[in-house]
Amino acid sequence: MEITARSLWALIHGMGFGALYLLAGSGALVELYRGYCTHNQALPSERDEKFLRIYLVAMAALAWLAVLTGAYIIYPWYRAVPPPGTANLAAFPQRLLMASPTTSGWHSIGMEWKEHVAWIAPISITMAASVALQYGRNLKNHPQLRSAVLVFVWISLLAACVAGFFGAMINKNAPVEGGPVIHIVQGEQK
Amino acid sequence: MSLQNASASVPTATRPNGAGAAAILAAGVGTFLLAVFAILADQSAAIKSLMIFWKPTGPLSGVTTCAIVLWLVAWAILHGRWRNRSVVLTRVNAAAFALLILGLLLTFPPIADLF
Repeated sequence: MEITARSLWALIHGMGFGALYLLAGSGALVELYRGYCTHNQALPSERDEKFLRIYLVAMAALAWLAVLTGAYIIYPWYRAVPPPGTANLAAFPQRLLMASPTTSGWHSIGMEWKEHVAWIAPISITMAASVALQYGRNLKNHPQLRSAVLVFVWISLLAACVAGFFGAMINKNAPVEGGPVIHIVQGEQK
Repeated sequence: MSLQNASASVPTATRPNGAGAAAILAAGVGTFLLAVFAILADQSAAIKSLMIFWKPTGPLSGVTTCAIVLWLVAWAILHGRWRNRSVVLTRVNAAAFALLILGLLLTFPPIADLF
């Protein structure tokens, strides 16, 4: 069983940072709503408040790691230009997708949208984490601030969903492959 | 007992909303600028070339770096002006949501290609 270095980075980017961010996003929405937006007048405990702050900061870190690894590690491999006359485009995912009208849309719409919309997630969640850090339990006194934070968290999740969906589909149609091969485990001999 | 409950249910001091409003509006500005830079780099060869901060990533490196830098600058300026004040959040939120939705829509290629 083996994996190429580029595939491993794609996994770290998509499954490690991106998917974990999506999973964490639903939890953040529940926690924000449960702790700050219900009609319950009781304040969240200090422990809950601290948890939410750490949770949102961790989400912001995940979002930044996802976009930075995507843009600066994987994207250059994706958009690499093949030398003239190259027949096998397997190592050049963007060119491979654009070579066929049945797959070109995954680049012209999918990647073109993904590469920009994904950045909305870290911007939005950084704002949410900042507000949580600055206001803490005082958010109870600011219903409009809470609403805005919730809207931005929702939109950050939507942006991450778009990026995640197109990332998965693009990698299915034209996977980023190559680089050193990493042997994970030896399979059974028949 | 009742006094204790009352004090436990209401935060003691209400912080002005300015710092939060600054963060919210700046985030809206940042997402909108991201889309604007992406469109500009897509429509103009000169701007596209200017946006190549790191060749392997191409114009995306400049588009995102410019948007992030301006987002942080906008945040710092707004924070400096509003941090000790309370502002009308209805307007701030409306502007931030409008910029956020515009940013989201304008990054969608079929819409971005209309410009």
